[in-house]
Amino acid sequence: MTDTTRKAARPVPPAAPAGPTPPTAARRARRWRGVTPWLFLIAPLVLLIAFTYAPIVNMVAYSFTDWDGVSPELHWTGAENYAELFTRPELFEVFFVSGYYLAASVVQIGAALYFATVLSFNVRFRTFFKGVLFFPYLINGVAIGFVFLYFFQDGGTLDAILRLVGYDGDRAWLGTPASANVSLAGVSVWRYMGLNFVLFLGAIQSIPGELYEAAELDGANRWQQFRHIIAPGIRPVLSLSVILSVSGSLSVFEIPYIMTGGATGTETFVIQTVKLAFQFNKTGLASAAAVVLLLIILVVTWVQRRLVPDDKVDLV
Amino acid sequence: MNRRTVLALAVGAALLASGCTGTGGTSKGADADAPDDPAKVDGTITVLTHRTDLVQDGTMKKYAAEFNKTYPKVKVEFEGLTDYEGEVKIRMNTENYGDVLMIPAVIEKKDYPKFFASLGTQAERSKKYRFTDYTAVDGKVYGQSPLGAVPGFIYNKKVWQQAGITDWPTTPDEFLDDLKAIKSKTDAIPYYTNFKDMWPLTQWTQANGSVSCDEQATTKLAEGDPWAEGADLRTADTLLYDIVHSDLIEKDPTTTNWEASKPRLAKGEIATMWLGSWAVIQMQGAAKQAGADPDDIGFMPFPAQKNGTFCAVTLPDYNQAVNVNSDHKAAARAWIDWFTDKSGYADANLALSPLKDAPLPDVLKPYEEAGVKLLDLDDTKGAEVKSIDNQSEVGIYKPDYRQELVDLARGARKGSLDDFLTGLGEKWTEARKNLGS
Repeated sequence: MTDTTRKAARPVPPAAPAGPTPPTAARRARRWRGVTPWLFLIAPLVLLIAFTYAPIVNMVAYSFTDWDGVSPELHWTGAENYAELFTRPELFEVFFVSGYYLAASVVQIGAALYFATVLSFNVRFRTFFKGVLFFPYLINGVAIGFVFLYFFQDGGTLDAILRLVGYDGDRAWLGTPASANVSLAGVSVWRYMGLNFVLFLGAIQSIPGELYEAAELDGANRWQQFRHIIAPGIRPVLSLSVILSVSGSLSVFEIPYIMTGGATGTETFVIQTVKLAFQFNKTGLASAAAVVLLLIILVVTWVQRRLVPDDKVDLV
Repeated sequence: MNRRTVLALAVGAALLASGCTGTGGTSKGADADAPDDPAKVDGTITVLTHRTDLVQDGTMKKYAAEFNKTYPKVKVEFEGLTDYEGEVKIRMNTENYGDVLMIPAVIEKKDYPKFFASLGTQAERSKKYRFTDYTAVDGKVYGQSPLGAVPGFIYNKKVWQQAGITDWPTTPDEFLDDLKAIKSKTDAIPYYTNFKDMWPLTQWTQANGSVSCDEQATTKLAEGDPWAEGADLRTADTLLYDIVHSDLIEKDPTTTNWEASKPRLAKGEIATMWLGSWAVIQMQGAAKQAGADPDDIGFMPFPAQKNGTFCAVTLPDYNQAVNVNSDHKAAARAWIDWFTDKSGYADANLALSPLKDAPLPDVLKPYEEAGVKLLDLDDTKGAEVKSIDNQSEVGIYKPDYRQELVDLARGARKGSLDDFLTGLGEKWTEARKNLGS
């Protein structure tokens, strides 16, 4: 590949008319062949660079300044922001809140796996249930926040349902830190389980059907089928889901921000960063916090990949 | 060079270019002089406003039509922004932020000359207008608020009467007793925090000055500990703590709803809220819609007296300013002058007029009768207070610490009020020392 482009990049001699036509045409064709993929790639690359990488570079640059987010003046402060960040341990205490979401993601993956397995067999109303389970993921996070505010409010949907089954707890669901975090993590499970479910279902359905038939002939029951066919077959997707949920729990934002705004001990690292940037106008410090979060997530992911290497799955 | 290197270099160059984005123009110190002859001013000006409701229902257009009677050649266009602060803040990184705009709270005072054209000297403008020192930098004024407000408690007169209370409480303790009477004698929620919507909690900071009846209250914040024994903010925050701690608030503060709270106050389901005179018109509107009597909405000052009189500070709304990059500064200036002096905007909002010689609005008539003293705070140190506030991350103009205070009071957070307030004071004092004031 490298060779062709080098030739293509070389300027064509102007004396071309004298020579025979076929080679030039061939060369032109070859050049086009080299350019075509890039033409297709221009749009996504421009978008990717303009809206993903350029802002990240900007953010990293801001993290070395004392910019307040509006002022035309900004000063280079070196690593001061990072020094401040790491000398203020209370800024990292909010990661305890992520523990709730991490615990919730275990529930989430378990439930998704269960539903995906059940619905991969021949069940009545399969498609309907698939839709029901995936639907929450399609709703905008802001809308979910508002819906669940009504759900959890005093005398709201949840209280009404509990009263129907004869339980009159009369409690403020978002009232104490523990209760609020559990409630919010529950919303997060409700929302993201659909995604995990679809990923698992896709992986399960890509397992060849003969394997099940063979297993059934050998007298394997459903659990044994799951244990020896499905579980190893979806391992790469499973480890992907785990990585996504860990990084997701570290950077929770939408749901708590809309529902409680970080009050009553529900503040996450991202909410704290947003507040630093937009409430206290410490854009520089907030950028540094965002960079640190990015690094933490990269490290965690890397460690996970080392612990659970991505083996090639061979079922047959 | 092979292709991968070329690509990497190209991407790198693009990233670097974007990394070095310049920030805004640095043009400094323009004046927007008032035009001499109204007939000669021309141009199209864009007015950025947070009052999207007035833009949508055509009220703003009516103002513009009225304005055109004096200034026939000026065309005024309005741009209503729902998330005013957020959007304008970002637009102010360019030169394109309208001709007339409200100064966003986030802009630091020292940067005003870089963003706005001056409206004149403070010495001259302060003779006629209130609130000039809120936008004054080096003796020049950069903005003018079209209306003012007075912080205070909005209450439902009927409920308070039912509880047997006839006079405004004069001390925080008396106020607490009154709320307790409301709780025992009526079905109303004595006090509604609006905890979930956050900004109503920030209004408590505006009690600063009303408690001690001190025009230098803002200066005191910049020079001392706002939560020292007997300081205004300590008194206000302690009152809020006691209200919550005595269980005189709504059952579940974490799911409050501001819009729904308005008709509830009007109907007497809620007895009291700490807001400001600006909220009276909204509550009256909600009362009309809910079929309740708008005259039930009452307004009272902070329960503290000095030498037997109540005090209430006057506070500006957003200050209108002229974009320093505007091509039509004369027209923009004409709009601000007309809107402040002649539009009747303050009257329409039942608000305090920015003109010093204007009579008090109806909302404040009870204040006049009760002899409440209105204070114009000295805001010379306002910018410093803001910097200390941001630097310390305390946030007296932000809801967070009061949410924590409420959580503390209702037991959702561990600790004592004293420790909490002392902690705030320490953070504040440390930031103040770091900033060297």
